[in-house]
Amino acid sequence: MPDVVVETRDLCRSFGGGRRLLGGLKPLVRAVDGVSLRVERGRTLGIVGESGCGKSTLARMLVGLLEPSAGTIILDGKPVDERKRENRLDFHRKVQLVFQDPLSSLNPRKTVRQILEAPLQVLLGMSRAERAARVTELMRLVSLRPEFVDRYPHEFSGGQCQRIGIARALAAEPALIVLDEPVSALDVSIQAQVLRLLKDLQQRLGLTYVFISHDLAVVENICDRIAVMYFGKVVEEGSKADIFRRPAHDYTKLLLASVPVPGRRHSQR
Amino acid sequence: MMGYIVRRLLLTVPVLLGISVIVFLVISLIPGDPATAILGAYATPENVARINAELGLDKPLPVQFLTWLGGVLEGDLGRSYSLNRPVAAEVIDRLVPTLILAGAALTLCTLFGVLGGVVAAVKQYGWQDKLVTLLVLIGISTPSFFLGIVLILWFSVRLEWFPTGGMYALFGDGGLLDLLHHLALPALTLAVVATGVVARLTRANMLEVLRQDYVRTARAKGLREGRVIYKHALKNALVNIIPIIGIQTGFVLSGAVYIESVFQWPGIGRMLVTAISTRDILLVQGGVLVVAACYVLINLLADVLQAALDPRVKV
Repeated sequence: MPDVVVETRDLCRSFGGGRRLLGGLKPLVRAVDGVSLRVERGRTLGIVGESGCGKSTLARMLVGLLEPSAGTIILDGKPVDERKRENRLDFHRKVQLVFQDPLSSLNPRKTVRQILEAPLQVLLGMSRAERAARVTELMRLVSLRPEFVDRYPHEFSGGQCQRIGIARALAAEPALIVLDEPVSALDVSIQAQVLRLLKDLQQRLGLTYVFISHDLAVVENICDRIAVMYFGKVVEEGSKADIFRRPAHDYTKLLLASVPVPGRRHSQR
Repeated sequence: MMGYIVRRLLLTVPVLLGISVIVFLVISLIPGDPATAILGAYATPENVARINAELGLDKPLPVQFLTWLGGVLEGDLGRSYSLNRPVAAEVIDRLVPTLILAGAALTLCTLFGVLGGVVAAVKQYGWQDKLVTLLVLIGISTPSFFLGIVLILWFSVRLEWFPTGGMYALFGDGGLLDLLHHLALPALTLAVVATGVVARLTRANMLEVLRQDYVRTARAKGLREGRVIYKHALKNALVNIIPIIGIQTGFVLSGAVYIESVFQWPGIGRMLVTAISTRDILLVQGGVLVVAACYVLINLLADVLQAALDPRVKV
């Protein structure tokens, strides 16, 4: 029996709907429509699809920023709404999020120390000395020099900011980290560094990732399983090898064929 | 930071000098002269010439200006023709009521402007947002002097809750409660437009900050919504709101000129109106100089506060 960290069952989220002031119907958009997925401990599930297909909405539901319209999210064997009712902070401790834009995800008025200490204080209730030690450990984990902790985010490069974002996500020792396009805003060389760091941390700490991206090369590099989303639905899910070598759905084939590869002419696709 | 403050203070010198030159020129362009205003019915050409010679107004304009400037550098703002007392003493006497009125108006506009803006942003497109937007629109579009008259008519004449004007009751004890009672209507009138501007810009800044990922992160960290809004969103939005409040000081100080006239508030604004009508150049100069200095200093304070709040602002 596989050790499943997170599972979604028929998860839906719609926006809009209802009536206008004069009685006309407002359009209803189903951003996520009946998504069922599962992620095993220590593995990475990639979610790919074009812009607007519902990837980020799914990510926000997984971390509790959006409530599902229907369906269930089961985290470590227990439904999330039940978990939140019992202990809201415990739920937030178990799931953490890393955003696309590394700089905008860090509060510009707080030093790196304050950013990293906040989850330790709020979610783990650590003492000042424990926090200081853990902050140093976190900085080392993401290959940043601990003496930089009293600097502000704007004093770091994009790649360094993303490392701080990852360190913050790791701070509360979560069961699941949802990475929403974590390398899209970075240069290719920095992307490779951050991806290596993520893989390394996964091996060392046994982390579980949900990795959202529209970049198939990145997803191929880091994920074990891949789910392809199209208009809010998962049209195909399988192992990395299956998706890349034997895509079953037409949309997956189209997505793979549309990836630009240096030296490959259009007619060869 | 100290170096920045000193640099900014040094920069105020040319600003104030420029303002003095403009005011001097504008006053001299207005038809009529102080001698005629002082003499009234006795303004024969001989008497006018004698008074002009006594006041030094027969000299060329640049000489008059330099004489005044020399006095200012020695701390002497000259002597008011119409009141026959030193300008500095009159300006200081009138500055305190104006600062009380402007301070109260700024406090009200900051409090209600920021509160309204935050509520409108947090409840974007909700009824609270629509209500704040409507009130802001009404506030910004109503001329202050008209609002003042309406408030006097309603709250002073009809309901008799507040006095119609003045700073203290004629036979009162001159205490704080008496002052607040007299201050309520003029401060409210003066604050309305500025409140609208602050609320609008607070809403826009809060919406900008609320869209940032670090606010989402704060929510994902499990923080309560109130703390997310106050500690993460408002504190960051304040960095851009504080300079707006600094700029509103200018509108409040200039608005004080006619609000003080409507409410007979014994401040520098009303003094300026009287001084202009009696062509009391030195009193106008002194008054404008002090008001301009207040404006520059409050804006400097706003900039320093912004730099202190935002580590990205370099000074």
